[in-house]
Amino acid sequence: MLRVELLGWSLVLLLASAVAFALLTLWSTAAGLVLMGVGLPVTLLATVLVRWFADRHREWAGQWMGEPVARPYLPIPAGNWLTRLRAVLRDPATWRDWAWLVVDSVAGWFTAGGSFLIFAAGVFYLLYPLVFALTPAQVFRTPFGPHLHLQTVTESFVMVPLGLILLVLWYVSAVPLARLNALVIRSLLAPTEQARLRARVAQLAVSRAETVDTQASELRRIERDLHDGAQARLASLGMSLGLAEQMLAEDPQAVAGLLAEARESTSTALVELRDLVRGIHPPVLADRGLDGAVQALALSNPVPTAVSIRIPGRLPAAVESAAYFAVAEALANAIKHANAQRISIRLEYTDDGGGLLSMVVSDDGRGGASFEGGAGLRGIERRLSAFDGTVSIDSPVGGPTDVRMSVPCVLS
Amino acid sequence: MRVVVAEDLALLRDGLIRIFQAYGFEVVEAVDNGPSLVRALDRHRPDVSVIDVRLPPTFTDEGLHAAIDARARIPGLPVLILSQYVEQLYARELMSDRAGAVGYLLKDRVSDVGQFIDTVRRVAAGATIMDPDVVASLLARHQDDEPLQALTQREREVLSLMAEGRSNAAIAARMFVTQKAVSKYSNNVFAKLGLQQAKEDNRRVLAVLAYLQA
Repeated sequence: MLRVELLGWSLVLLLASAVAFALLTLWSTAAGLVLMGVGLPVTLLATVLVRWFADRHREWAGQWMGEPVARPYLPIPAGNWLTRLRAVLRDPATWRDWAWLVVDSVAGWFTAGGSFLIFAAGVFYLLYPLVFALTPAQVFRTPFGPHLHLQTVTESFVMVPLGLILLVLWYVSAVPLARLNALVIRSLLAPTEQARLRARVAQLAVSRAETVDTQASELRRIERDLHDGAQARLASLGMSLGLAEQMLAEDPQAVAGLLAEARESTSTALVELRDLVRGIHPPVLADRGLDGAVQALALSNPVPTAVSIRIPGRLPAAVESAAYFAVAEALANAIKHANAQRISIRLEYTDDGGGLLSMVVSDDGRGGASFEGGAGLRGIERRLSAFDGTVSIDSPVGGPTDVRMSVPCVLS
Repeated sequence: MRVVVAEDLALLRDGLIRIFQAYGFEVVEAVDNGPSLVRALDRHRPDVSVIDVRLPPTFTDEGLHAAIDARARIPGLPVLILSQYVEQLYARELMSDRAGAVGYLLKDRVSDVGQFIDTVRRVAAGATIMDPDVVASLLARHQDDEPLQALTQREREVLSLMAEGRSNAAIAARMFVTQKAVSKYSNNVFAKLGLQQAKEDNRRVLAVLAYLQA
């Protein structure tokens, strides 16, 4: 951040620390009133305000420190005012917010306020001769008490070096002071290690449950498909052949018909099995990895599809499979729902942050895709969440649509 | 005719050998893995080889690679690739040397034995044969193209049968029309797609496939 920007921020944050004090008062009063049974809505309103206020500070500190400061709050349950209030009051993050308001309403004056004051004083002393000349006599004659008495404008130039010194001091101290402020914000407003772990455990429990559910329903689907499909066809095939065996002697003509029927039956069974296998693990993925499988996907779909893949190595098999099905699903959406004329698929692996596979499927179709729109995008989300992967959609009505997916992973 | 068979599942390998013997082919070697296939192709230079895409030891597309590599060493070595599934990508790679004498079929097609043997003979003779599934998906890719939309129903039918690698005579039999009618349709197809009409069956097939794969 430029120092000029910092100067603006230090003023904003200085005013904010005054606001912090006001919020602290509002909240404490409202919480006190709860005991008398009237402060409920005001407390909740104050909480919303405090959280918004704290969020703005998190944003600022996140930008300044170069890494985002996460929100620590527990989810607020649905219910009446009282249940919500109880949840809010039980959330340790609420009390840390409160502690931060106390700290900020004091410390803000020293960090943000200090920085701004040093700058303002520097400018003031730099312009001291001007101030001296423009103000009535006596007002700025004794800048440091009766020991220093300035008589003329020329004499008042003696203050200018002090202005310069203060401005240098401001220039040197602005960054460390802002950093100090950001550190205060982060230490109180970021989730504690315990809260972070608790949130992570909750998230893992959800994604595990979803993964198990998805797998169970996949297995059920496969069982049903096999039962009604290939198994049934093989059974009927056996019947046709048995019948043919019986009739061989007396009616060769009918046997020829039965055999043709039997052959037809094997073809259909093979088609069904092939579709089933593609749904479980596409053979081309086993042959060629994600790169080849996505190329094959692009080649075999009816809409012209550009593919660019930069993955320097092979991904773990489970990630490859999840990534393949995610891309396939996004592609199918673009073809089926978006009425796209052109599609592009980009896959890229970057090393930063321990390794990340990013996938983007873009189309020039009609847009308006959303998670609520259909099972497809939710399915992608579920599939990728097992690997801590994420999906986001940028799809204004009228298009174009970008489906962005990413999965953290390491190359094998 | 001398054949090399590469198939790792004994059941299917024996089935193929039985079919070939019944039709008077000489199976010079039947192998069940990629490295043996490479050696067999180099040693026998068979009139045609029938190869499963997926072979040990890697159980990936080893058969396909062995075939493509062998054709790089022995240009135009006739190969017919069989697979449980067909991929546009593999068809493209297989045809990329433009030398003809290649086939790419679903394993299911073997059950129509007469047709299968005919295909093997035609590949040995230098024809290019694509599975109807490959052709259907190629056509689907081009369904919105203007030149293809200009084709009549019959012309489209001729186009897809040509892309599968069938001769004019076979197309005529299949569509219950005369050979003369077929060549009229195929002339129309070539004119509408802006392709150079070729006399020879195989060149026609290659031209059509090149158009569809573009």
